[in-house]
Amino acid sequence: MSSIPDLSVEISGFKMKNPTMLAAGILGVSIPLLRRVLEAGAGGVVTKSIGVGQRKGYETPNIVEVSCGYVNAVGLSNPGIDEFLEELQKSDISDMPIIVSIFGKSEMEFFELVSKLDKTDVKGFELNLSCPHVSGVGAEIGSDPNMVYKITKEVKRCSKKPIFVKISPNVTDHIEIARAAEDGGADGIVAINTLRAMVIDIETGRPILSNRVGGLSGPAIKPVAVRYVYDISRNVKIPVIGCGGINHWEDAIEFMLAGASAVQIGTAIAYKGLNVFNEILYGISEYLKRKGHHSVKEIVGLSHKF
Amino acid sequence: MFRYQADKPIDRPRIVSVKAVEDESPIVRTIYFDDEKCSEALPGQFIMVWIPGVKELPISLSLPSKKGNSAITVKPIGPGTNALYNVKPGDKIGVRGPYGTPFQPTNGKVLIVGGGTGLAPLSLLCYKYISYYTHITVIVGARTSNQLLFIDKFQDILKGKGRIIVTTDDGSKGYRGFASEVAEKLIKTEDFDMVYTCGPELMMKAIFKASEERGVAIQASLERVMRCGFGICGSCCIDRYLVCKDGPVFNTHQLRIMQDELGVYSRDYSGRRVNIH
Ligand SMILES: Cc1cc2nc3c(=O)[nH]c(=O)nc-3n(C[C@H](O)[C@H](O)[C@H](O)COP(=O)(O)OP(=O)(O)OC[C@H]3O[C@@H](n4cnc5c(N)ncnc54)[C@H](O)[C@@H]3O)c2cc1C
Ligand SMILES: Cc1cc2nc3c(=O)[nH]c(=O)nc-3n(C[C@H](O)[C@H](O)[C@H](O)COP(=O)(O)O)c2cc1C
Ligand code: FES
Repeated sequence: MSSIPDLSVEISGFKMKNPTMLAAGILGVSIPLLRRVLEAGAGGVVTKSIGVGQRKGYETPNIVEVSCGYVNAVGLSNPGIDEFLEELQKSDISDMPIIVSIFGKSEMEFFELVSKLDKTDVKGFELNLSCPHVSGVGAEIGSDPNMVYKITKEVKRCSKKPIFVKISPNVTDHIEIARAAEDGGADGIVAINTLRAMVIDIETGRPILSNRVGGLSGPAIKPVAVRYVYDISRNVKIPVIGCGGINHWEDAIEFMLAGASAVQIGTAIAYKGLNVFNEILYGISEYLKRKGHHSVKEIVGLSHKF
Repeated sequence: MFRYQADKPIDRPRIVSVKAVEDESPIVRTIYFDDEKCSEALPGQFIMVWIPGVKELPISLSLPSKKGNSAITVKPIGPGTNALYNVKPGDKIGVRGPYGTPFQPTNGKVLIVGGGTGLAPLSLLCYKYISYYTHITVIVGARTSNQLLFIDKFQDILKGKGRIIVTTDDGSKGYRGFASEVAEKLIKTEDFDMVYTCGPELMMKAIFKASEERGVAIQASLERVMRCGFGICGSCCIDRYLVCKDGPVFNTHQLRIMQDELGVYSRDYSGRRVNIH
């Protein structure tokens, strides 16, 4: 008789009952909705990326399906930090494993965001240094190791909560970027955000997204993401959280073998709804039993030995 | 479940030609086009309509007709609806979907309350499910008489199986006042098996309250800002629900859960809360 495997994980002080998380930007800023995602099985949730000021985002169309995923350019729509603080105050979030994703264009902006949010019950921060389609923030900063180092250090200075840095696949040297985040004091790396992409409608000849270009997510990017997780986890000491195209429990296992301590799920919700969390957890649990593992932690990075 | 298949149809805008346009009132127009998937939509479902170069927006499917196998009915209130209102036969628009939960049919005596363009999905409901109902009361509400929608069409569909009550805010035709006032009175005094409503949120909120007091089941079709239409962007949230995926049609149980937000605030494109007046 095999016992039920322990699925709980703790990533640099961030505790979750299981290793699945909701990826940033999916399902928005509504706290009741994020709570529903936790009730559906997720071990943790990441909010939509929040900046200092209100942003409407780009005009629609913002998202379009392609053969193996989606291309989106929402444009970091968010109500701004002050309104978001009100949203947090409306609900009791003390029992929620909730990470706030933040973005900014300078250390000053990150300072403002973190100093305001640090007093709340949020459990940690994810620095969005990787959004591929808004100028002056995200990937534009995230591709400069010096900026990554400085921003991470600044955020660490204003908060004792865990800080994860989400990195972009649209950079020349991702290992250098991950090391810069580690040197700046990051508690973990999230890999990866979307890949720069584009979709054109052949009847009208027009790019479909109003922003013309966007970011590719979903099954199409999974092998790319697995490789980033593998590379980064072998080159830094801090934990790595895998993200990109996870759709089945097998995908989650693959990411963990590659070195991910937890996994984030986004696009799969478009295919399967919130049921995806339970489905993946059941699969992980059965796999661990079959392989004789007692805890999900035992499989992290197992493929490194080959 | 997603397994990559090279021949899997991809859900992205299908370009269709506008076949005909028809004025319903001085400020509302129906646009006809052919699209097989849209023509199979159930009452209450909506599509995302792309006006190339302008924007993409959610619109309910309204009456089917010989002029095209699908139709949408729009009122211009901003850049997207303006552009859609002004399309001409032969113009190209993109449609994806249909999305969302439909109205559920019931047997028996029903009350249907529509305000403004809210009548669009309700007309398809009447048309498709007429055989289920033993008696139908349709309340058609508008600000003023020349903005009343679909009265002739409802008369055609009903075929003596019920009644149409007209209300105008200014009293230029029918009852003077809000559609919800008449609905509240009827709900108190008659026995309905189901109330269906779509229109201004405050109207729906009032009707929901009256239905709760009388213990009558209700289905209401709500509106929120939408970007994806299939449940991942979160812009259409109301409490713990997504209007695009859990709705747009919500039942009594769901409406109870979202009571604190219903008719109180919606959210703009940034996600910021805006009060509903
Ligand atoms: C499920 C669903 C079905 C719909 N069916 C129809 C229909 O059959 N016919 C029709 O004419 N319209 C319908 N709408 C409403 C329509 O989508 C919006 O009016 C439209 O998106 C506005 O776009 P715009 O560019 O014209 O105006 P905008 O410039 O985007 O907006 C103009 C004003 O309307 C407000 N607004 C925008 N979108 C919405 C919204 N979704 N809900 C409430 N207020 C909004 C804005 O805040 C602003 O004040 C439906 C909406 C939904 C969600
Ligand atoms: C509609 C949409 C919005 C997104 N918004 C954000 C965001 O605000 N911040 C962010 O860091 N990533 C954002 N992402 C990227 C996802 O968090 C994730 O990194 C990416 O989609 C890959 O994972 P997936 O394939 O499981 O979706 C968004 C993705 C999508 C599809
Ligand atoms: S419109 Fe994107 S979740 Fe509803």
